[in-house]
Amino acid sequence: MTASSTVQEQDDNCYHCGLSVPKGSDYQTIINGKSRSMCCPGCLAVAQTIVDSGLDNYYKHRTDNAQAPEIRSEKLSDALLLELSLYDDDSVKQDFVRHTDEGDEATLVIEGITCAACVWLLENHISGISGVSKANVNLTNHRARITWNSDVTPLSDLLAQIYRIGYQAHPYTPDKEEQLLELEKKRATRRLGVAGIGMMQTMMLAVALYGGALQGIENQYVTFIRWASMVIATPVVLYSAKPFIIAAIRDIKTRHLTMDVPVSIAIYGAYFASVWATLTNSGEVYFDSVTMFSFFLLVGRYLEMIARHRTGRAGNALLNLLPASAVKMIDGNEQLIPAKELNTGDVVLIKPGHTIPADGIIISGSSSVDESALTGEYLPIRKECEDKVVGGTINVENPIQIRITEVGSETQLSAIVRLLERAQEEKPQAAQLADKVASYFVAAVLLTACGVGFGWWIVEPAHAFWITLSVLVVTCPCALSLATPTALTAATGTLRQNGLLITRGHVLESLANATHVIFDKTGTLTEGNLSLQEVIPLSSLDQDHCIQIAAALEKHSEHPIARAFHEQSADKSAIDIQAELGQGLQGKIDGTQFRIGKPEYAAKISSAKAPPLPQVSGQWLLLCSESGPLAWFRLNDQIRREAAEAISSLQNLGLKCEMLTGDNSSAVAEVASKLGISDCVSGVSPAEKLEYVNKLQAQGAQIIMVGDGINDIPVLAGAQTSIAMGTATDLAKTNADGVLVQHDLLRLVDGVLLARKTKSVIRQNLGWSLCYNLLALPLAAFGFIAPYMAALGMSASSLVVVGNAMRLNRIPKNKPAAKPTNTASTDLNTDSVV
Amino acid sequence: MDIIFLLIPIAIILAGCAIWGFFWCVNNGQYDDLESPAHSILFEDDEDLIPDDAKVAESDKND
Repeated sequence: MTASSTVQEQDDNCYHCGLSVPKGSDYQTIINGKSRSMCCPGCLAVAQTIVDSGLDNYYKHRTDNAQAPEIRSEKLSDALLLELSLYDDDSVKQDFVRHTDEGDEATLVIEGITCAACVWLLENHISGISGVSKANVNLTNHRARITWNSDVTPLSDLLAQIYRIGYQAHPYTPDKEEQLLELEKKRATRRLGVAGIGMMQTMMLAVALYGGALQGIENQYVTFIRWASMVIATPVVLYSAKPFIIAAIRDIKTRHLTMDVPVSIAIYGAYFASVWATLTNSGEVYFDSVTMFSFFLLVGRYLEMIARHRTGRAGNALLNLLPASAVKMIDGNEQLIPAKELNTGDVVLIKPGHTIPADGIIISGSSSVDESALTGEYLPIRKECEDKVVGGTINVENPIQIRITEVGSETQLSAIVRLLERAQEEKPQAAQLADKVASYFVAAVLLTACGVGFGWWIVEPAHAFWITLSVLVVTCPCALSLATPTALTAATGTLRQNGLLITRGHVLESLANATHVIFDKTGTLTEGNLSLQEVIPLSSLDQDHCIQIAAALEKHSEHPIARAFHEQSADKSAIDIQAELGQGLQGKIDGTQFRIGKPEYAAKISSAKAPPLPQVSGQWLLLCSESGPLAWFRLNDQIRREAAEAISSLQNLGLKCEMLTGDNSSAVAEVASKLGISDCVSGVSPAEKLEYVNKLQAQGAQIIMVGDGINDIPVLAGAQTSIAMGTATDLAKTNADGVLVQHDLLRLVDGVLLARKTKSVIRQNLGWSLCYNLLALPLAAFGFIAPYMAALGMSASSLVVVGNAMRLNRIPKNKPAAKPTNTASTDLNTDSVV
Repeated sequence: MDIIFLLIPIAIILAGCAIWGFFWCVNNGQYDDLESPAHSILFEDDEDLIPDDAKVAESDKND
């Protein structure tokens, strides 16, 4: 099977990135013997590079279109090359380049990887660069490990080559936490491997022992096989099962009994008893049960850990918001320096479209700044001289110079992260059902074992020890401790396939118990960007014509308002574009002057007065020509298509839906009423959001918080369950308990439904395993149970539990909503435009 | 049956080798990426190795 059929290439779509090809453009190249058209010079350059290096097989293998490349022309821009050359600096390089015997080794984070063919392309392209001895790209975490000789090829050349084939590369400098995660993962994998190999070996020997017990076996062989089993089981118990005993000791110290305690008693009790039996050549051995039990439990923990690690992959989530370089002004000269070498008091030039590297005060120029990353507010905010700007926000319109006032941990961005850390520490622990059962269970088992031991010691002291032990082994909470993890693993897998990625173990339980769902507005309930909602023509010129004029004018601007027009095709082209800060644009099309923007500004071009503003709320733009006003455009943030249905379904499930937003405009009430949300709090800061949620929690509410921005992070961390949208910032995603991958709010409803079903499955599993243990206990207490019977019973009860958990592989059917949902009303008037 | 006195120790030594090999793999990052190797085997970058008479005509593929 070749993958060529999986990407549908139509003639009017770019062969490289799949975007539509503008009419009249002619970017063509020959790929695999056929002429293909591209949408822009950037795609053309990338495709040409790929073909020229003989890697055109990439187009056959890929299963997904490539991302539109960052580069815009055949040659990389000088600014980009200059920025990349910063990485050749030794002081910058030492952070992420290691010197090994084979050369220098660097790890890079690569953006733009969409499928396995990208990995193939990157590996082959990088390996082809002179001086590179090894290139390894990881599809899971998008990291490339490159070994090369930096005397032959400087690092900046490597990075530039990656840009040339349409990807972006950044050096990867793992922070401490990520290194720990990496170590944790490797350690867990090693433990799992040892347990797996050990389990198979002891099981093989155990078959011989069981067979011998039935058919008869010479004593010397029994002794030998027991010794062999002991040798194999020892690393499993002492190495693989170590996390259980460490956790159990910690739990006992803090007087908080969890499942780890009975698990450790069972593993270590049975192990040491078996060792004793081997050394003294008496009693029974349980090495097979011990290793199998350890392996099963480790598999459960391993899967849980993998799910937890999955989101935190881009690395340096916070630093990714800050630019790598900054233009420092020294005696009136511009000099590009690495952003981390900035100090308080430095003067920095920020060009339009660039990210502000640190907190500061504007000392010359005025512009508008896009603070959406911090506040969720999608419209840029006007900033004049002497105004404060915050690191991580984006300068939109004019070049400005700022004097740095705060760097590093003093910046506002870091303050938000500190707030997040505090919220995480104070986060209320979701009580886990299994742990509650465990604490009673441990007490009951220990008491019974003592009672049985004491009873047999009176009746027949010779048997007391072995019967007590068999009580402990038979009641070994194998099924009990598998009851929860298997159900959680099955449900987590199902939800992942359905677009809700769960990253913390407790989420399913707290989703099922939730009483409130709190949504952020911008980016969560709404799309988070402006789109054209309505056009009202004011002259004889029809709607389509007006849109075309507006699109031609706005094509040249990167302002968020202008971007709303970018999806409209502009067949006309405008010349002499002038932008007036915070007012609008002026330009000439086919010899006529046009203005678009604020009504007063636009109307000035003609003698006519600005018409009165229409009565619908939203961002209104006026388009005027020299002869008079032409049309009103209404822009607004569009409510997500599925939001109303999702909210009414959640309400039907008995959850109270609220909205908590930093936005203070009239749009809040409008969105709330359209979605049927009665409670909403608006105009709150990140700290106040957290306070509000804490207050609700103090009243006993179990909260699911859904959000996306940096400003939502503290409250996401503070809520019992936090769900981030797939489009959210990396920092928000890594700190959320779950991620709605396809940003489809209906998946949240599925999540709640499945969580409730999971809860009942866990209850059934716990009930069943308790029943089994209660039944086996008296039999063991009276000495009726042989070791192989105990092993059989244990496996059978575990299988029942696993089978029951498999029922969670399907999402339960959503019961039809009682109230008719009205999705059509959420985006009024849009149909007439788009 | 005395052979088991030899075979079982050999089995244990082999298991030890397997664990050593497994540790080596994990520490070398062989388990870091479990997705792309499954795909890379399907990538046909062996065009030069196919003898000319076995090649499928250009017009028959890619469509």
